[in-house]
Order: sequence, then C-alpha cells, then structure tokens
Amino acid sequence: MTPLLDVRHLVKDFPASAGLFGRGGTVRAVDDVSFAIEAGETFGLVGESGSGKTTTGRCVLRLVEPTSGEIRFKDLDVRALSARELRRARRQLQIVFQDPYSALNPRMRAGDIVEEPLIIHRMGSRDERRTRVAELFTLVGLDPEDARKLPREFSGGQRQRIGLARAIALNPSFVVCDEPVSALDVSVQAQVVNLLLDLQQRLGLTYLFIAHDLRLVRQVCTRVAVMYRGRLVEIATAERLFSGPAHPYTKALLSAMPTLQPGQKLERIPYDASTFQPLPLREIESGHYAAL
Amino acid sequence: MTPPPDAPLLRLDRLRTVFPLGDGREAAAVDDVSLTIRRGETLGLVGESGSGKSMTALSIIRLVPAPGRIASGRIELDGRNLLDLDDRGIRAVRGRRIGFVFQEPAAALNPVFTVGSQIAETVAAHGLARGASARVRAIDLLEAVRVPDPARRARAYPHQLSGGLKQRVMIALALAAEPDLVIADEPTTALDATVQAEVLDLLRDLRAKFHLSLLLITHDLGIVAAMADRVAVMYAGRIVEEATVDRLFAAPAHPYTRGLLACIPGARPGPRLAAIPGVVPALGHLAPGCAFAPRCDRRFEPCERLPPASASVEPGHETRCYLYGGATPFAPPSRGPS
Repeated sequence: MTPLLDVRHLVKDFPASAGLFGRGGTVRAVDDVSFAIEAGETFGLVGESGSGKTTTGRCVLRLVEPTSGEIRFKDLDVRALSARELRRARRQLQIVFQDPYSALNPRMRAGDIVEEPLIIHRMGSRDERRTRVAELFTLVGLDPEDARKLPREFSGGQRQRIGLARAIALNPSFVVCDEPVSALDVSVQAQVVNLLLDLQQRLGLTYLFIAHDLRLVRQVCTRVAVMYRGRLVEIATAERLFSGPAHPYTKALLSAMPTLQPGQKLERIPYDASTFQPLPLREIESGHYAAL
Repeated sequence: MTPPPDAPLLRLDRLRTVFPLGDGREAAAVDDVSLTIRRGETLGLVGESGSGKSMTALSIIRLVPAPGRIASGRIELDGRNLLDLDDRGIRAVRGRRIGFVFQEPAAALNPVFTVGSQIAETVAAHGLARGASARVRAIDLLEAVRVPDPARRARAYPHQLSGGLKQRVMIALALAAEPDLVIADEPTTALDATVQAEVLDLLRDLRAKFHLSLLLITHDLGIVAAMADRVAVMYAGRIVEEATVDRLFAAPAHPYTRGLLACIPGARPGPRLAAIPGVVPALGHLAPGCAFAPRCDRRFEPCERLPPASASVEPGHETRCYLYGGATPFAPPSRGPS
C-alpha cells in the first residue's frame, strides 16, 4: 500500500545568526528525516524543544522551504510544486497551530477567519460560504451565532476550535497538528483532543501529531517517531514504543514521564548526549525502527 | 515567643483577595482560602488557569498586582500575621523567610548582571555575607543546585544558560537567604520533560537537605503525585478539596477533582479522553452557588443557590460539595466511613 505521505531524507538548514558573534554558516534543524504516514493514521512526532519537530511539520507543508529531500503526498511531488500548484494542494494539506492566542487575526471576526480559506480558493457563492461556515462552527462545537465575535471574546479552547474549523474548511485529508492542546487547560485539552478524534473519524483525516506530552501521544497516536537533535532516533507503534523503547534517548525520555502514583520515585534513565551518533534508522523488529 | 514544634509554619485563614470589575463591583480571585503548611511539608496547590492559585501565592508575599487587594483574612507565618507588617517588615520576610521560584526564569533574572553577582547581591542584601564571601556563597549555592562547573557558571549572564540551568539559578536565588518556606509557581512548566524531572529531583533533595517547607503550585497532577505530601485543589478562587496526596489520588471526592484526574491522558483506555464539559468561569462571572455546578454532572437542587461550605469526608480530607454535606457549615464535622 502506498502511504498518504512519504517523506525521504528531509533536510532543513537555517542560517546561523548566533547573536552578535554569528559568523554565518548554517544550523541543521532537520537532518535526513524519513518517515511515511498511512491514510487514517495519527502519527506522533515527539521530542524536546529544539529537536526539529515543528520545523519538520512545516517543511512537509512547505510553510518552511526544505533544503533537500523528497516529500510525496498521494501522487504529488510536493517539493516540485509551483506556487500556484502548492496553493491548490493546500486544500488537502492543512495545519493547526499551538497557540490559539496568536494564530488568529485579532481584528477579524471568527466567521471571517473560518471563511477566508473558502474565499482564497474561490469556493461557492457568498451565501454558500456563509452556510458552510455555520456548518463548520457546529461541527467543531461552536455556536454559529458566535461567528460575529472577535477572537478575544473566546476562551483558549474555543479559539482552538476556530483554528480547527478553518483548517478543515476545505475538506483536507491531511492535517499537521502542532502541539494543538499544549496551551490549553487540562480539562479543556481533553475536549479538544476528543474533537480532533471525532473529526478524524467523520472526515477521514490523517494527522501528523506533533507534541511533547508523552502521555497524550501514547493515548491518541497509532505510531510515534522520536526526534532528537534534528534526527529521528526511533519509530514504532505507540504500544511498542512505550512498552519496549530501543534507543537510549527514547528510554531516557520515557523514564522522565511523571507517573500518577503518589510517592513513586521515578527510576530515571540518564542519557549521555555525548554518546549520540547520527546513525540511520534500521528495522530492529517488524515495524520498529531505531537509529542503533 | 517560640511556637510549639508542631505548629504550622504558614497558616492562611479565610484569605480573600479581590479585584475591581470596573462597574463598582469586586470579584474575589481568592475567596475564603484557609490552608496550613507545616515545617518540612510540601503542599501541592493545584488548579487550572484562573483558579486563583498564583494569586494565592502573590497574596502570601503581599505582591498582589494593583488594582487588586487583600480584602480580609489572615496570613500567619510562625503565628505572626503578615498583613499587620509595614512595607519594611514585609520586605524582610520576602526572600529572607519565604523564597520564590517562578515559571519563567528568564523574566525573573536580570539580563545585564552575571548570575553569580545576582546571587551574591541577594546574599548581601539579606546581611548574610558581603564582598568576597558573598561571592563564595553564591558559588556554593550554584553547587547546591547542581549547576556543573559553578565557579565558571557564576560568571555567565542569564542568556548564556539553558532553560534548565536558569531555573536552577532561580532556585539558588530563592535559597540564598536560607528561607523556611519556598513558594514554587509552576517551576518546571517551561522545561522539557527530562529537564523537568531533574529539577523536581533537585527540589526534592534540597527540601530534605534544608528542611524546607514547599508550596508547590502547578496544574500538573503528575508533579503533585511525585512531590506533594498534601494537596489542595482550587477552582474559581476557592479550595474545593484538600487531602493527603495518597488519599486524593485514591479516593477523590469533589466532582471537579475526579474530573481532573480522569481527563489526564492514560487515566483510562483511549483514544478518547474523559473531558469536563464547559470552560473555567471568568472572574466576575461566577455562578451564585457552587462555581463548578454549571460543569458538574452530579449537580442537584442546592448546588446552584449557595456556595457549599467545607465538609469533612474523613479526618484530614475536606471538600466543598453538597454531596458530602456542605450545607451545614457550623455543624460538627461528620465522621466518614471507617
């Protein structure tokens, strides 16, 4: 079966502007990253801040131009698309951002924010678009009456729902969820996660789910890739990754996860960063890859 | 006057901190909060944004931002009411008796001074050492918070340190004057998982070494489970439940606490999570009865009329919920099933 998204040898270099004493050169944020996502999956990408997971997500959509590598989405060679073709492809490839406070234009009404992609892609008449916006509001659990409100009149969770309504407005098949709930309160996180799962079922969505909350990733993802210093160090099913991590970095990361057992001291496994070697992933058991 | 050894170090009694709403009314960000922390004890104060947990901390050190003010109640440190102190008196308490660690170390450190000089200055300001000996003390403190190569790192500026190291420097600053109580407000929220675990380990060790009391403010029940002796759960300015950490996780009473525990990923088989419907109410838009009633699946007739009083589920386990008899504030506490 051909995967929905196939990423091979993705590399992204950023110019190194190391403050006052920056001497040019580049920083490799994403280093030879390859993975494939099947339709209907929730593919988790975890790692600590600066590991390159957000840049990877943005490269896949070409919100950030990759330096090299291949990105195939269905039968499209994403890196070869012209600006116009890319705009067309964006109907199918969408993103939900982390911060529901800064991701929405504060001067636009909620309804206009959700309608904007429909206008850009010249979908439907004015009335049809308005009907679609009301539909989308209902779909994400917002009151269509609230379409006239400004973002600041909504809570964080509701703003994330607006971001979601906008992301699904064009009927995408693939959505990058970049830390979609990490800015939200715990009780609201659960609501938005459940909404993402509902929408996935109803609309047949595939997710690249970028997160640092390992418990959440374990709960919602089908497969998980672990990123460290721009490289993937392990890919496995969520079940296998959490029950039998293979890479020493993954072991360290998982051992730092707080348990919910009062008084239980974590048996933490340290990771010596100086032992890190940029090795390619290899299959250590069926469907389980590690950079060993 | 020496207080008895088992007397609480800190006691909040019916603390109420209010903010004007702009229409002449005032809303209580902290409402009728009573808490105690004993010597060497760690109290976890848990809540979501807007619950009043940080405002409770700021009230304790009398740093409530204007136009907010402490309207009533008592804040006793070793039996002395901090609300009776003049400005000089409370400044002597801040840092010296009560140290604090905030979420964003970057915002709390001065970018133009080396971290060593900032710690030495704090040591000197509290009259504990001066000049060269204050600088030596700063290096000792950096070593105590396990900053590698402390003598060299003392000469670093905050921006030259990683987030985890900055938070260690913050902890060193909080400990500089050898306080009895440390208030840590989301001390690891901005840190990565592995760094968070290291900082929590450090706090745990320092607590034992310096016999500190810790008020640990967090939204993360995982951190509470790892660190706290007792837990108070706040919602909309009030403490809705208080118990030992074992008891709270094993037998949560208040529907809000139960909901919070249930919606943590991994608490039940997935992928769907148990969610609490609705949103945390905004200050000034509280329901007249129990503030949680609009989101509560167990609400019944009295919930929407008057806020429930604190009731005892069993000795040492209190909750504000009509399911546990919160309607009789002045009756003797009922005995739980034994």
